[in-house]
Amino acid sequence: MTRISVKVDGTTYEDEVEPRLLLIHYLRDRLGLTGTPIGCDTSNCGACTVDLDGETVKSCSVLAVQADSGEVTTVQGLARDGEWHPLQKAFHERHALQCGYCTPGMIMAARDLLRENPAPDPQEVREALEGNLCRCTGYQNIVRAVLAASGQEATT
Amino acid sequence: MIPPAFEYTRPTSVDEAVRTLADGGEDAKVLAGGQSLLPLLRLRLAFPELVVDVGRIPELRGIREDEGTLVIGAMTTHHDVVRDPRVRRHAGLLAAATATVADPAVRHRGTLGGSLAHADPAGDLPAVILALDATLVAVGPGGRRSIPAREFFVDYLQTALRPDELLVQVEIPARDDWGFHYEKFQRVAQAWAVVGVAALVRRDDGRIAEARIGLTNMGSTPLRAEAAEEALTGATAVGAVRRAAETAADGTRPSSDPSASPEYRAHLARVLTRRAVLAAAGMG
Amino acid sequence: MSDQVTEREVGRSRPRKEDAHLVTGQTTWTDNIDVHGLLHLAILRSPMAHARIRRIDVSPALEQPGVVAAFGGRDLAAGLGSLPCAWPVTEDMVLPDHPPIAVDEVRYAGDPVAVVVARDRYAAADALEAVEVDYEQLPPVLDLEAALAEDAPLVHSDKGTNRCYVWPLATGEEYPTVRHRADVVLRRRYVQQRLIPNAMEPRSVVVTPLAASGEYTVHSATQIPHILRIMLATVTGVPEHKLRVIAPDVGGGFGSKLQVYGEEALALAVARRLGRPVKWTESRSEGYLATHHGRGMIQDVEIAATREGRLLGLKVDLLADMGAYLMLVTPGIPILGAFMYPAIYKMDAYDFTCTGVFTTRTPTDAYRGAGRPEATYAIERIMDELAVELGLDPVELRRRNWIGHEEFPYTAIAGLTYDSGNYEAATDKALALFGYDELRAEQRKRNESGETVRLGIGVSTYTEMCGLAPSRVLRDLRYAAGGWEAASIRMLPTGKVEVVTGTSPHGQGHVTCWSQIASDVLGVPFDDVEVVHGDTKAAPQGMDTYGSRSLVVGGAAVHRAAEKVVEKARKVAAHLLEASEDDLEFTHGVFSVKGSPEARRSIQEIAFETFSSHDLPDGMEPTINAEHLVDPDNFSYPHGTHLCAVEVDTETGRTTIRSYVSVDDVGRVVNPMIVEGQVHGGIAQGIAQALYEEAVYDDEGNLVSGTMADYLVPSAADLPAFVTDRTETPATSNPLGAKGVGEAGTIASTPAVVNAIVDALRPLGVSEVAMPCTPQRVWDALRAARSDGHSSGGPTASAESAESAKEASA
Repeated sequence: MTRISVKVDGTTYEDEVEPRLLLIHYLRDRLGLTGTPIGCDTSNCGACTVDLDGETVKSCSVLAVQADSGEVTTVQGLARDGEWHPLQKAFHERHALQCGYCTPGMIMAARDLLRENPAPDPQEVREALEGNLCRCTGYQNIVRAVLAASGQEATT
Repeated sequence: MIPPAFEYTRPTSVDEAVRTLADGGEDAKVLAGGQSLLPLLRLRLAFPELVVDVGRIPELRGIREDEGTLVIGAMTTHHDVVRDPRVRRHAGLLAAATATVADPAVRHRGTLGGSLAHADPAGDLPAVILALDATLVAVGPGGRRSIPAREFFVDYLQTALRPDELLVQVEIPARDDWGFHYEKFQRVAQAWAVVGVAALVRRDDGRIAEARIGLTNMGSTPLRAEAAEEALTGATAVGAVRRAAETAADGTRPSSDPSASPEYRAHLARVLTRRAVLAAAGMG
Repeated sequence: MSDQVTEREVGRSRPRKEDAHLVTGQTTWTDNIDVHGLLHLAILRSPMAHARIRRIDVSPALEQPGVVAAFGGRDLAAGLGSLPCAWPVTEDMVLPDHPPIAVDEVRYAGDPVAVVVARDRYAAADALEAVEVDYEQLPPVLDLEAALAEDAPLVHSDKGTNRCYVWPLATGEEYPTVRHRADVVLRRRYVQQRLIPNAMEPRSVVVTPLAASGEYTVHSATQIPHILRIMLATVTGVPEHKLRVIAPDVGGGFGSKLQVYGEEALALAVARRLGRPVKWTESRSEGYLATHHGRGMIQDVEIAATREGRLLGLKVDLLADMGAYLMLVTPGIPILGAFMYPAIYKMDAYDFTCTGVFTTRTPTDAYRGAGRPEATYAIERIMDELAVELGLDPVELRRRNWIGHEEFPYTAIAGLTYDSGNYEAATDKALALFGYDELRAEQRKRNESGETVRLGIGVSTYTEMCGLAPSRVLRDLRYAAGGWEAASIRMLPTGKVEVVTGTSPHGQGHVTCWSQIASDVLGVPFDDVEVVHGDTKAAPQGMDTYGSRSLVVGGAAVHRAAEKVVEKARKVAAHLLEASEDDLEFTHGVFSVKGSPEARRSIQEIAFETFSSHDLPDGMEPTINAEHLVDPDNFSYPHGTHLCAVEVDTETGRTTIRSYVSVDDVGRVVNPMIVEGQVHGGIAQGIAQALYEEAVYDDEGNLVSGTMADYLVPSAADLPAFVTDRTETPATSNPLGAKGVGEAGTIASTPAVVNAIVDALRPLGVSEVAMPCTPQRVWDALRAARSDGHSSGGPTASAESAESAKEASA
């Protein structure tokens, strides 16, 4: 067992964990933060994408011990004072989700893109989301939503 | 989805890491960015007894210039490599190829040293490092040694690193004036390369003075297309490049999988080499 | 009283009510569930396609830390019945036993052989490795044609054959007669590769026992909580009334969760035996073996036509891969397609035969479109080949044969009566949006200059039978259940409304759409409506969600139930307003007396009056709640035209989609934004079949594309933006005029893409590329064409002159 201290969505947690415990299982099974789901076991789907120290990571591909003394933001920590993040609003308004399973990862990945590139074009959005799979939407409305959240009129 | 149990240690210096590896023997495994190791653990394709996490060793991370050589710490992430202006200036090929590795989240965690030490011939960076004639620096109990890229990749997922050695940095001779292009052929955006071609070209007076071609996924290790490199020397026209590229698959032994037969891979290597060289030489 | 509603809800692009919890992570996926004392189930699966189990020893697993129990197949299967197949398509269909866990023999890689129950998922995964199993390898059965040979090894040796059934359908004139008078007869073989559905949420089930009362609550990532409840009762022997099945948030299905899975029965059996709550969640790679696959057919298609391009007849011989066992509707999937091969075309004869074949692979079953995409692919591919043979533009050939809009209702050759449609309108609109003539001109230019990257144009029209289904038709097709759907509406005392539906959404937006429907009929605000679904206790009656049925049948039930509420409320209103019912008007949720508009009562006020029951008409039951079950009298028939332009790099074989246009007619639309989203997603999945996806097995029967790294689900970066539009011909089979939209995109897009690829390569001698049209396959086809000197269309194609056709049929 290894002792870790991780700040998640503003709250600091200290826990003894097995070194092999994946960050996603730590979030879901130990902290009960089930807003971030698991969609695959090969790092392909991106459903489990969270922010670790200011960058997106696939939380299935990080050990909880690697996040020790780090700061994690999940989709559950995006709203401020009950106000949704602009991406959450845009996903809702543009119908960028159907079953919603990929949505937490998509929103986190899109947020990362907009931090680096506040005004991406549609192709840049598509490429930035290449590591996040959705089976429902055909991605079109996701691209629209990200463009809308960036303050650009949707052009696709 | 659930890794097997292992012991874990997180050394804070290279010396400590090397000592730990030496004590751990064959069953110790270095954890760099984890983007190759964790998938193997999740699918239970690797069973290390000890995982040595080198992610918190400051000296392993960072990029600097040293007299015409670009020195990149092994734990420098793909993301940092892509964004670094010195890498773009002196080793644009590396920046361009690194930008095609996996997806943004993986590039945030994955490291240059990690992907080289993993030595997957389908990975993009081994062939690039080979084309760049880089030198890999390892530290072991016996001290520090430099390994030319040509000697580093030994076989499928095998390098010249000894079990108690740690890859600490990669040294790349600056090639500011060389044209470059990484031509990656994959079936979907986040898939491994079916074949990739890393081309570096030095032009002199309208002709190709020198060319370096690295091949991704054309054998059990990354390869140099030596015959093509030789044939390209002195090429002045598209036709000559075309002819030279026809030799790109000579001596390769590509694998077979549902995406591609060896024959098709050889064909792709020729086509992509031509395209990569023409793009690198500005002749496209 | 709430604000009066004046704008119609149906037809508005309402952002969804469902989204709030999904975008904020406050979800209820089955795997999220944690209860006191929860145990985790892990399942050991066969690593071989076919083997006899010589010995299983689970005792080493019991020694592992955290392990509570472990069972081999024999331990568990004894108390369990066979997993159900609800669709015995013929009287003599071979129906093998399908124990939820293998007992003596494993029949596909992934067949469960043992389970371990532990305190957490890590301990369960570790303990699985300690279970010892000895297998005696048996020969795999993989090739559909070889499986039917006399001496073929058998998947089920007790059955004596790998032939599951032969299902024929012959309509119109005798096909050989029609063929005899044809000028042109074309034969083609198409292969529908196996696909893995890949709903983003892996399957998961949690069973919580209430030991004292013998009741069990089953949470499952399922499309069919109601059917699952009935079937789990029969498989496990837990009485139906002691089972409550809940489908909480469900992350997509596409048919893969239209199933009664062994794991659901095993979790219930284990929870029952241990008296403890149990959870099982599949990993993605495990799901690739354990969750049913789709498609998997060989189609031999023959089309007969006149020189002028009039279709005379169609003959289809199908080999359908059942996989190792028959699951819920496995045998019926190709039969759903049987009626769709003639598509939108008129012809004189149709001859169809499907042979179901057992193989040692994961069972197949419904996957988005279920039989209809396969049928549409075959007819639309061969229509293109026929157009080439006749020297006609592919759109023109279709025009010459489709049913004219003035001919509806039209009883098509396969026996279905298409109630409405306008193929001309949809096609014309699509051609205009696409710029068909301009693209053809560019294509000619590029072909003439011999460019490396060729342009190809693909067209696909389609219709499909949706709105499953008229119960009497299902009876005739030997399906075990009916096709009705239920809705009830509860008018709460404060005027708020609960719509209880028997459909079970998992991404479709039923909560929003049902609210829109109820809001319009009742005249109450959209936000005053809540929709209750997916819980057999809260929404006890239903047939669940699949086959683009939910709106057409379930939405219609909501509409009808709401009308009944209004009629009941009218009686109360008339009583309270002291007017006759005939003198009442009902607009925007308010009853008023004709001629005296100040005499009014809103339906929401009447809800309270009814609750208090102080002043109701004599003899009236104190409720205006209502329930309605709809059993449709016909299917609905969406249709449309899709056009795809591709660029094919003839050096590498890579296909890039340049533009994609769809015009679908799904009848009246409740929520255009949701409909558009369904079309987008459908097109994406159809493109994925055309270009990327395939469940690949090796010669031993191992799934080679066994992880998401090997099975290529396309990302945003791999797909183009789509131009989608609609025409609107209302369906006549339901009060909404809706036709269903869940599967349309998937049905039309696959042939549109492949037709485009073949169109690009045809000048180079290629007339067929097998799916998925990988770069290597395109390159292979080009190489073969080159070495054939452009003479033939490849080994699977044959065009015959009328003379040789007549000889062959003689």
